[in-house]
Amino acid sequence: MSPIPRYHSRLRQTPAERRAESHPLTWRLREDGRRVTLDDYLAGDGYAAVREVLGEGTPETVIATMKAANVRGRGGAGFSAGTKWSLTLTGDDLPRGYLVCNADEMEPGTFKDRVLMEQLPHLLIEGMILGGFANRSRQGYIFLRGEYREAARALARALEEARDADWLGPDIAGSGFDFDIALHTGAGRYICGEETALISSLEGHRANPRAKPPFPGQSGAWGKPTVVNNVETLCNVPGVMRHGADWYQALSGSLSEDGGTKLYGVSGRVARPGLWELPMGTPAGELLERAGGLSDGRRLKAWLPGGASTGFLLPEHLSLALDFDTIGDAGSRLGTGLLTVVPDDQPMVPLLRNLEAFFARESCGWCTPCRDGLPWTVRLLAALERGEGEPGDVTLLEDLARDLGPGRTFCAHAPGAAMPLASALAHFRDEFTAGIAPSRTPRAVGEEG
Amino acid sequence: MPETPTPPPRAPIASDGGGFALDTADRQAMRRERDHYEQPQAACIEALKIVQRRHGWVPDGAIPAIAEALGIGVAEVEGVATFYSLIFRRPVGRHVILVCDSSSCFLCGVEALRAALEARLAIGLGETTVDGRFTLLPVCCLGACDGAPALMIDDDTYGPVSPDDLASLLEAYP
Repeated sequence: MSPIPRYHSRLRQTPAERRAESHPLTWRLREDGRRVTLDDYLAGDGYAAVREVLGEGTPETVIATMKAANVRGRGGAGFSAGTKWSLTLTGDDLPRGYLVCNADEMEPGTFKDRVLMEQLPHLLIEGMILGGFANRSRQGYIFLRGEYREAARALARALEEARDADWLGPDIAGSGFDFDIALHTGAGRYICGEETALISSLEGHRANPRAKPPFPGQSGAWGKPTVVNNVETLCNVPGVMRHGADWYQALSGSLSEDGGTKLYGVSGRVARPGLWELPMGTPAGELLERAGGLSDGRRLKAWLPGGASTGFLLPEHLSLALDFDTIGDAGSRLGTGLLTVVPDDQPMVPLLRNLEAFFARESCGWCTPCRDGLPWTVRLLAALERGEGEPGDVTLLEDLARDLGPGRTFCAHAPGAAMPLASALAHFRDEFTAGIAPSRTPRAVGEEG
Repeated sequence: MPETPTPPPRAPIASDGGGFALDTADRQAMRRERDHYEQPQAACIEALKIVQRRHGWVPDGAIPAIAEALGIGVAEVEGVATFYSLIFRRPVGRHVILVCDSSSCFLCGVEALRAALEARLAIGLGETTVDGRFTLLPVCCLGACDGAPALMIDDDTYGPVSPDDLASLLEAYP
């Protein structure tokens, strides 16, 4: 046996702190961290929403409830799930397509979907059945990243249990609706989390993104209507269907117009990194407090609100509500809602070099600005880190951050890489210029080393 | 915890992959996998993983064999096999160590951890120890950021890991 225990994902809140009416995502999680079996899940109101909706509802009523609840995508973009779902119903002649769960959790700083899949896989399966029903999908796929071995085991067991109990397969709960789910595990590459790249990968191709339109809702996997939703988004669906849009809206109360709860997390240099289910719109400062503040007596320098592809915010932004619009208005993005905390003794240039090296390596290479621009930023940042930057390098980085922004590349990968870079340059420009060697003259274009 | 399924014993193969023949059971598994999808190409990644589970890596000879088993083009299989980071196209050690190098692990000292690993194993990233025991690779965010710095050895995730833990941690992987 190994001397140090294996990593085991967990929620910081104890069972006593989680209630069915206020913690719809996590109230069923066991204290010992073991998987909630089908029997446990059924005893805890499990599959009640499926029974209800497939018995009395229609795809139209499900989508109307999703829209009224304003369930926004938890994968990071915050797009209305109800609106996304309504795309598959726009043409009467559209064939039945696919519901795909994006379980390719790879956004740096993000560790929320893992706990749901490892410990509560039936909640995801129930959400997918409801989503499949709403979109008249013929088949569901869970696109799981290859490294999530424990989640793969838990999902495979749960799918088997659900199939044996007729929650999956033909004529679910006597409704006439047929739907099954296959587990598809990936083989690496962050870009697979991008919706259209994920579809390419599911089809067995290189994970290159595709142009939109057509939107996957109309023409996705194998040309069929395809809905791609994040794990946490789908896990919201059973509660919404069981208790209604008003209940969902009330969960976040006056904190946010986005309804529901959110799996928030904190990592980086904090005393108690972890994961909490809290009302949407919880202030960032409250979350940082739950994480015990910074470790080693450090002070907060900056924070990323939701992964590597969000912009840096400052200590003064801690009072902001962690919801899509508020963080967007502050010039960043909520992203996945898991904070990465940067202490005051961390220089920004090496951190940015680390972040951009990640994006450069993970670029699929499909379009030029991303394939060539990202390694260029890494070279510039590495030179500044060594104190060997050239005059003009910081301006060049600013130009790159702009030129890699939205609208100039095929997908959101390069714009995601540009966000932390642009914001770090805006907030901490002096740290970058300090990396310029004093006696250097500007280098010729293309000779940046 | 659910028990880990025992992987099939790793079948040795020439390091240049010469003389590759697809195992009959593997060929059947690939064809079953194909039925999960509308088109056979979709089973391509899983087919590569099936070969890799048996041999540890995917030699060149496996590419046309997979293409034939699934009824798809050789170039399509090769394109996929060279894209995904967890498909290994060169022999790897008996155990593969994936070191997370993303932002939270970076902030929590993964560069020191990686340096300690490299020193202990006397290899760099992308290399295999001379005794064929370990291969060291970087990986993007393992989704274990509350346990940063984190790493994976084979199917097991660990974190937080300090350089002092390495000696006894690696001992568990002979």
